Amino acid sequence: MSKRRMVTIDGNQAAAHVAHALSEVIAIYPITPSSPMGEWSDEWSAGGRANLWGTIPHVIEMQSEGGACASVHGAATTGALTCTFTASQGLLLMIPTMFKMAGELLPTVFHITARTVATHALSIFGDHSDVMACRSTGFGMLASGSVQEAMDLALVSHAATLESRVPFMHFFDGFRTSHEVQKIEELTLEDMRAMLNAEALAAHRARALTPDRPMLRGTAQNPDVFFQARETVNPFYRDCPAVVQRVMDRFAEVVGRSYHLFDYVGAPDAERVIVLMGSGAEVAHEAVEALNSRGAKVGVVKVRLYRPWAPAALLAAIPPTVKAVAVLDRTKEPGAAGEPLYKDVLSAFGEAVASGQRTGLPRIVGGRYGLSSKEFTPAMVKGVLDNLAAATPKNHFTIGIHEDVTHSSLPYDPKFSTEDPGVVRALFYGLGADGTVGANKNSIKIIGEDTPNYAQGYFVYDSKKAGSMTVSHLRFGPKPIRSSYLITEANFVACHNWAFLERYDMLSSALPGAVFLLNTPYPASETWDKLPFEVQQQIIAKKLKLYAIDGYKVAKDTGMGGRVNTIMQTCFFAISGILPKDQAITAIKNAIKKEYGRKGEEVVKKNWAAVDQTLDNLHEIPVPARATSTLHVRPPVPEEAPAFVKEVLGPMMVFRGDELPTSKLPSDGTFPTHTTRWEKRNIGIEIPVWDADTCVQCGKCALVCPHAAIRMKAYDPALLKDAPAGFKSKKYIGKELEGCVVTVQVAPEDCTGCGVCVEACPAKNKRETRLKAINMEFQPPIRERERANYAFFLDLPEVDRQKVKVNTVKGSQFLQPLFEYSGACSGCGETPYIKLLTQLFGDRAIIANATGCSSIYGGNLPTAPWVVNKDGRGPAWCNSLFEDNAEFGLGYRLTLDKHAEYARELLTRLRDTLGGDLADALLKAPQKTDADIAAQRERVAALKKKLAGQTSTEARSLLELADVLVKKSVWIVGGDGWAYDIGYGGLDHVLATGRNVNVLVLDTEVYSNTGGQCSKSTPRGAVAKFAAGGKPMNKKDMALIAMTYGNIYVAKVAMGANDQQTVKAFIEAEAYDGPSLIIAYSHCIAHGINMRLGLDTQKKAVESGHFPLLRFNPELAAAGQNPLQLDSRKPSLRYEDFAYEQTRFKMLTKSKPEDARVLLQLGQQDALQRWRMYEQLATLFAPASGENATAGGNGH
Amino acid sequence: MDLSTTYLGLRLKNPLVPSSSPLTASLDSIRRLEDAGASAVVLHSLFEEQLTHEAAALDHHLSAGTESFAESLTYFPKPEEFRLGPEEYLEHIRKAKSAVRIPVIASLNGVTVGGWTEYARQMQQAGADALELNVYYVATNPSLTSQAVEALYVDILAAVKRVVSIPVAMKLSPFFSATGAMCRRLDEAGADGLVLFNRFYQPDIDLEKLEVFPNLVLSTPHEMRLPLRWIAILYTQVKASLAATTGVATAHDVLKLVMAGADVTQLCSVLLRKGPGELKVILDELTTWMRDHEYESLAQMKGSMSQRAVADPAAFERANYMKVLASYA
Repeated sequence: MSKRRMVTIDGNQAAAHVAHALSEVIAIYPITPSSPMGEWSDEWSAGGRANLWGTIPHVIEMQSEGGACASVHGAATTGALTCTFTASQGLLLMIPTMFKMAGELLPTVFHITARTVATHALSIFGDHSDVMACRSTGFGMLASGSVQEAMDLALVSHAATLESRVPFMHFFDGFRTSHEVQKIEELTLEDMRAMLNAEALAAHRARALTPDRPMLRGTAQNPDVFFQARETVNPFYRDCPAVVQRVMDRFAEVVGRSYHLFDYVGAPDAERVIVLMGSGAEVAHEAVEALNSRGAKVGVVKVRLYRPWAPAALLAAIPPTVKAVAVLDRTKEPGAAGEPLYKDVLSAFGEAVASGQRTGLPRIVGGRYGLSSKEFTPAMVKGVLDNLAAATPKNHFTIGIHEDVTHSSLPYDPKFSTEDPGVVRALFYGLGADGTVGANKNSIKIIGEDTPNYAQGYFVYDSKKAGSMTVSHLRFGPKPIRSSYLITEANFVACHNWAFLERYDMLSSALPGAVFLLNTPYPASETWDKLPFEVQQQIIAKKLKLYAIDGYKVAKDTGMGGRVNTIMQTCFFAISGILPKDQAITAIKNAIKKEYGRKGEEVVKKNWAAVDQTLDNLHEIPVPARATSTLHVRPPVPEEAPAFVKEVLGPMMVFRGDELPTSKLPSDGTFPTHTTRWEKRNIGIEIPVWDADTCVQCGKCALVCPHAAIRMKAYDPALLKDAPAGFKSKKYIGKELEGCVVTVQVAPEDCTGCGVCVEACPAKNKRETRLKAINMEFQPPIRERERANYAFFLDLPEVDRQKVKVNTVKGSQFLQPLFEYSGACSGCGETPYIKLLTQLFGDRAIIANATGCSSIYGGNLPTAPWVVNKDGRGPAWCNSLFEDNAEFGLGYRLTLDKHAEYARELLTRLRDTLGGDLADALLKAPQKTDADIAAQRERVAALKKKLAGQTSTEARSLLELADVLVKKSVWIVGGDGWAYDIGYGGLDHVLATGRNVNVLVLDTEVYSNTGGQCSKSTPRGAVAKFAAGGKPMNKKDMALIAMTYGNIYVAKVAMGANDQQTVKAFIEAEAYDGPSLIIAYSHCIAHGINMRLGLDTQKKAVESGHFPLLRFNPELAAAGQNPLQLDSRKPSLRYEDFAYEQTRFKMLTKSKPEDARVLLQLGQQDALQRWRMYEQLATLFAPASGENATAGGNGH
Repeated sequence: MDLSTTYLGLRLKNPLVPSSSPLTASLDSIRRLEDAGASAVVLHSLFEEQLTHEAAALDHHLSAGTESFAESLTYFPKPEEFRLGPEEYLEHIRKAKSAVRIPVIASLNGVTVGGWTEYARQMQQAGADALELNVYYVATNPSLTSQAVEALYVDILAAVKRVVSIPVAMKLSPFFSATGAMCRRLDEAGADGLVLFNRFYQPDIDLEKLEVFPNLVLSTPHEMRLPLRWIAILYTQVKASLAATTGVATAHDVLKLVMAGADVTQLCSVLLRKGPGELKVILDELTTWMRDHEYESLAQMKGSMSQRAVADPAAFERANYMKVLASYA
């Protein structure tokens, strides 16, 4: 038998290692945090890795989890070994089929990264609410609590499902286990072969549905036999726990690690015992051992097999001496008698007593912990055990939060620690873009593989996509590490980004005498004085050793750009001494070679050069006795912020949200908007500065800005008298606002520095053509000046929207953006469309947003980018799910239509009381233009005034609903993953209803938010996850499909190719009294492009014919005109010139050049063919002369 | 009619050699060139700088935005390996060699000494019959002296010669203070051939966009006068073979250049304009002209109009300038 090797991997990879080896068919759909399991499987299969039987598993990406599960069902029915990976609402989408699979006794394993089910909010993090929602499906449930277990119990699951015929969910905690990196022992194929029962496999295949042995399954049964037939499975469930234990015993024989249905750890004579499952059990294990070593008599039961429930095994695992039991559930079931594990434990004891097997009950209490990856620490375990020691232990408690509304939370002492002094604990604060996490993953591998030490790494990311902070938590030590919780007592703290010092408290986690490593932009001699006072104080008080390096300089000198990763990694090894210096350097270089070797020798060389130059630039900084700095850590939000922002959002902004008590949070998930303005993230190293003389006032810069950080206003020059010095303005060019002056102003602290505005600017300085009307400048020296300018600018009155041509680029850009400073990527291609939407219709827009990038930058706490205007109006926004967004948005429309109808009925009924003129005006208002809307709002105000004193039911109802008489704009927004794949059926139905909804598809041609998986919008030849060899199929043409209905307004827009057409399409779509679909080409970081040149990519998409621009307006057809207008010209650019500027296409030429050539040719043909087809369609749609078109019109 | 000639020690059936261009980047057109009568081909250039740039760009874009946001820790699948080195080019050499019977000359444009020597060695291993070093160098740095630039050429040649045994030609620009002396230095340093001259793409200005853009213009026949002059001057002054390139479009051009002393003429623009089949037209016209003018072989005329052989050697010198001016008077 071949020797097992030690590997340093995360839980997802551990589970996928087994799943891939033991499957023939894998059907998946990406969902965080399970996606990497599918991605590993796909990569392994694409790379030719065979399964246990020497054949390469088929891996297929489906359109939804429901689809994946159904395919797994079909595969199992026909005799395949099959599995899938999922989490959260994805798992819930599988439930209908899971009942079927279990009912049909079909073996399969679903590997699940247990994740919070979205309720009052979405959360991508871990708890058991998803798996608990599947308890009644009949699936077996096996829980892993660590990375090693994720691999071991994956194997147990696959073996047990075959032998028991019960399908299994094998679950482990999302992120905490799925993304934790640990040094573990890797199971070999021989291990797996020894575990798999060949007879059971043969039996499974023999049961396969085949015309060679015809049979019928999936019948419909009637009251006569259904019930009896349903009970036929009982023996399988009765026997299943024994099968699982048998498999576990075989595992112990083969591999040496021993597992039981319930594993007990602790004193054999324990009086207090905790029961729980998942990663929390490892924490409890560590805490219980520490407490017992200090004289306590406590224990923990780790639940492995949760379904089928084996009460006898549970009771046998608990010492008879037990007096009190606390059952911890990582889920919440509002309204239930208790959480599920608690009730199961309770019933196990209760039944035992009732049946006379036991004489009495211990005290049994239940509580909730760790929802959405809330930290669960040994201190909390102690808190729970302390509760058990109380005279009357609290039941139905919570632990780990301050629940001050119904007072369920238990107190605990956060200072209680079980950290092993022999373990090195290091914290690294990095910027997403600087490569810190990647380097730390390498460090763990180095230590895990080059030393006898065990290693653990866990990584925390923030809620923003641009300029985000990452915190790496690394532990190394001679013994296996069970500490599945964050480090709060570090021997080593590294700050890789100077800007964090004034914002985040990094040193509260530093132990006395710890090392603080700082990446400084200043010379070593000046660094101390540049530190904020509070940081200096902590360094002195804790007697920290301070080291500094100008990592930016080393990175620049060695061609590393902004990536300081290998430099800081080298510093860590040099200072920590965890390996001898020379050995460490060699190990780092080897790791670099391994990681970057496939990207070419040059990349390796520059990283090596960075390593070599590091030590000469690393300095220990002497720490003076007193803190003397005049600089201070700044408050998270300014003083003038509203109380809710200061008290609730502020702490969240600086990663102190854990401290907020329940009472501070809204009970139904409703939050105020207009809060990104308080963040002032200052992540733009360079920001644009306006050159008024060169500016032609076209508005393009403001239009394309992804973060609404550059704006344009026209106003009365008299207002300039109060302007700060240096505030720039220029006479308005044009007629509409003659006499006004114009200012183009940058929001210096909100700009991300993407430079898209500069690229869009068409004006050039006549003396020096490299300069435009806006030019990038280093932010720090101009921050204060521009901050004052921007504050003054914001106070200037907004332009009267009735005075500008809103249907032009320039006119639209004088309108206030009601979407600002979102957390989207720097240079994002989606957000300019959303911002435009809010400028045009934001004060009456109600948005349904599919889960994805737009729901993250649109609604990820702490702050909201949606703005409230001076009248108190602004976009109202909600996200339901990923798959149901179109239907959800339709619901808005149905309410609005119903309420409007009712309000109009009431108006008619109350006509005499209210006055005929007002009622008639309200009923007949056209509401087509901004002026119409403004007039209607005035009428509604007058109506409300009249209704205010009235007491009749009808009058009160009308008052409640009066606002609906002003036309609302319903927007259904989402990405291509939603529109083309998971939400397509619903979207199609909603469009077909003919109702007045506006659908905006932000088409990035890939699943952007979950990390670049292929969608049906992905173009042929582009590389994406699940299309590693380049997507073989052409992009689906949603516009064409929608046009076939005839009554749907359809537009394809690409701002970078034709911004005027984009503005027109938005206005026409919104004005059309029926369904509208706008498909907006959105460049994306997942394309592998220079984001600054994103608009240029858009232009090329159009010029190459890949993405022709068009508008199909049924109103034109109704008027006897051609509804289809092609807004772009015949392809004038080679497809290659569009494609090969993007890594998604280009990388295939470097991995599979022959395939790339073929796919490129096909892509070129697609583009030309598409164009020809549209060209012909445009003629086909054109009505013959004299013919009156009858298409169009919505029959509702 | 004996059109044969010897270039870089390779016996060629005629003096028509398609030069390094997009045409020689595809196997299909290489076959068509052979069918039309090409006596050898120079493959498109391998640009070391491009390889380096592509590797850096790939590294940058594959890591941009990664490990920043919990849901999208990466954006691309990780292929087992990328072919970022010269593999594709080397494969092209191998395929070209097996596709045609005429000699295949590989073309290399390096930026580092390591790149020049390593890729040259690999090209030889891949089966190239000879190498053309395309030192496409614009000396934009005003502090770089002419001596330093000249040394660069010689160093590259010497380094490559040390690692390969196949013949090596140097493709030069005409921008030397002393072109003759430079050619002789290279000759002495072991160049097996000199390709005269490289043609730099000259930038242009877009007046509407106020942008500089590289403007690729195909060569015109009068441009062959520059190589013509230098080949006429260098003939018999150097041991290296002489190849004329730039502006060769007709049989007359070929005749003139061979008479000036060229061993081969390299063709590009004319083939891009008219297609590989034009080679056959030129070849036919060449034969016809020679027959009409009672030439028996190409060897007979080679160098017959070189500076040494003409009645008025000063015609290739400055005096020529006076005459040209006078002709406008």
